Amino acid sequence: MSRMLNLVQAINEALDLKLADDPRVVLLGEDIGKNGGVFRATDGLLEKYGEERVIDTPLAESAIIGTSVGMAVNGLIPVPEIQFLAFIFPALDQLFSHVARMRYRSQGQFPVPMTIRTPYGAGIHGPELHAESVESFFAHTPGLKVVVPSGPYDAKGLLISAIEDPDPVVFLEPTKLYRAFREEVPEGLYRVPIGKAKRVREGEDVSVFAWGSMLRTALKVADALERERGFTCDVIDLRTLYPLDRDAIVESVQKTGRAVVVHEAHKTAGLGAEIVSLINEEALLYLRAPIKRIAGFDVPVPFFALEDEYMPTEARIRAGIEETIMF
Amino acid sequence: MLAEHDRAERLMAIAKAEGLYEEIHLLKEDGTLAGSVDDISPEVMVAMYRHMVFARAFDRKAIALQRQGRIGTYAPFEGQEAAQVASAMALAPEDFVFPSYRDHAATMVLGQSPANVLLYWSGRVEGIRSPEGRHILPPSVPIATHVLHAVGAAWASRHRKEAAVSIAYFGDGATSEGDFHEALNFAGVFHLPVIFFCQNNGYAISVPFSRQSASRTIAQRAIAYDIVGVRVDGNDAFAVYRAVKEARARALHGLGPTLIEAVTFRMGAHTTADDPTRYRDQKAVVEAWQKRDPIARLRLYLESQRLWSDADEAKLQEEVRARVEAAVDEALSIAPPDMEMMFDHVYAEAPWHLAAEREEYRRSREGVSV
Repeated sequence: MSRMLNLVQAINEALDLKLADDPRVVLLGEDIGKNGGVFRATDGLLEKYGEERVIDTPLAESAIIGTSVGMAVNGLIPVPEIQFLAFIFPALDQLFSHVARMRYRSQGQFPVPMTIRTPYGAGIHGPELHAESVESFFAHTPGLKVVVPSGPYDAKGLLISAIEDPDPVVFLEPTKLYRAFREEVPEGLYRVPIGKAKRVREGEDVSVFAWGSMLRTALKVADALERERGFTCDVIDLRTLYPLDRDAIVESVQKTGRAVVVHEAHKTAGLGAEIVSLINEEALLYLRAPIKRIAGFDVPVPFFALEDEYMPTEARIRAGIEETIMF
Repeated sequence: MLAEHDRAERLMAIAKAEGLYEEIHLLKEDGTLAGSVDDISPEVMVAMYRHMVFARAFDRKAIALQRQGRIGTYAPFEGQEAAQVASAMALAPEDFVFPSYRDHAATMVLGQSPANVLLYWSGRVEGIRSPEGRHILPPSVPIATHVLHAVGAAWASRHRKEAAVSIAYFGDGATSEGDFHEALNFAGVFHLPVIFFCQNNGYAISVPFSRQSASRTIAQRAIAYDIVGVRVDGNDAFAVYRAVKEARARALHGLGPTLIEAVTFRMGAHTTADDPTRYRDQKAVVEAWQKRDPIARLRLYLESQRLWSDADEAKLQEEVRARVEAAVDEALSIAPPDMEMMFDHVYAEAPWHLAAEREEYRRSREGVSV
């Protein structure tokens, strides 16, 4: 049986199922219990599983991640929530110095399986520092995995995979998509593998790599370009940003000979640079045009009156794809 | 059980009323007692002494090895032997231990091999493996971050209703870090079975405690979080041992965390790369603190109780010399590392690019060129 669920409902269901399935799973974070999370991602779970397993914590992000490390080395599987991605900054010491390194420096003696869930990205007109997309911080840190769903089906399957993963996963949930649309989501446990991208649109003229809320925008552009100009885009949802799905990226570029990367994070040292390098290393001689990055500008994410223009718009993405195809 | 619970409640009341500002003493500098030590067996006292003598000899040897270029930078703990040894002896095998990088006297009591400690300071990751049957986490290098780990591990123990506590070892400098305060706050809110064991050794590298905080003591910080705080003479093995035993009993009875401030002194440098004469009158402070030496006073007490003799001492010194030499031989004769181990244990399963980097490294080592 499957039902139509939105992304936040799919997240809630994945958490519910894993709490029921594995007594080691514990949720902790700010306002996740009685309040059900500021986006209601954990709605109803406190009532169902009690306050030993769905823990409203004091307001201290370093402690949320730091105590999760202690829980994990002592046999629990914590799923901490950071209320908004930018609020993880006080916990970066814990994340970089311990979460990412504990398996390594203990030579496998103390792995720290945990899934750090956090809403991320712009597009909902939130206050300052509620719209960051700093995924490359985490992708630059060996020991972490980085996962970004772009729809309800993948969100549920990827979150279940993340919680079952033996290593720490930073699980970025695009706030703009929480309630943007519904899709068929099966009941019960199922897994979407970490490390595997998904081709969401088949095309011949250019590869378009995107994730999170940018995938939706890129797809709209791809639709318009085919309708209006007959260009077809091979649109790949990366889904996992670390480790990247090399084969999916390389095969697509080998087929199309052209590539555009779309992300809302700042352009400089963003993940787009890594994808361009990968293509350079693995498929340079297939290229018929320079690879283009359509990204958030290299400015602090602006106040929300400007945020829609900070993020790659359909017009910018379209121009970038057209320039690449027409090169 | 009820009687035990009452006892623990009483202990908490006492701890809350006293010991936040004045140090608790049991064993005075002249080797006489300031209170009853009926709860500490002669066997435990002698074992403490033996561990402390070994720890000091090991520590001095490690400094010498660094000076000779045979190990890397080392963080000595001389002066802090009572705080470390006695606290460790008050723990049980099921407890989770989160040390800092200066707590090897404690971890060696708990079964960490001295050779491993030397390996750790030789840049070898093998040196921080927890001994079998113990839960000793790798020493934390960032300051105070591991105090939160102890809180989380205690949470997990309580979650499974296990009779185990967690203990974090840290110094006075750590109490200025946010993570320390977050840890006390979380442990207080959730009444977690955790012991915060602070060795106030006077200095965080060059900065004295007076510059670290305007609060008179570290123990008094417990008031703000409404948890138990205790200030003990950290060079008094009996006072430290009892404070940790009582903290452990309270924790296991659901009475929550304890912050223990063990007042001690780092006799030497912060590390072998540090020169303490730049920031303190090293000769004067060492002379002053030698009068409070933790080992000398314990020996005086043991001798007064006929638990120790000159013959015992001679035999112990011989044993200690042999053990230290054996540790040095073991650590320094270990084969050089397989360089490829740098790729191990990053993840449970290496992702494609790590496998490729390992292969690239292997080819470069074999001198393969295109």
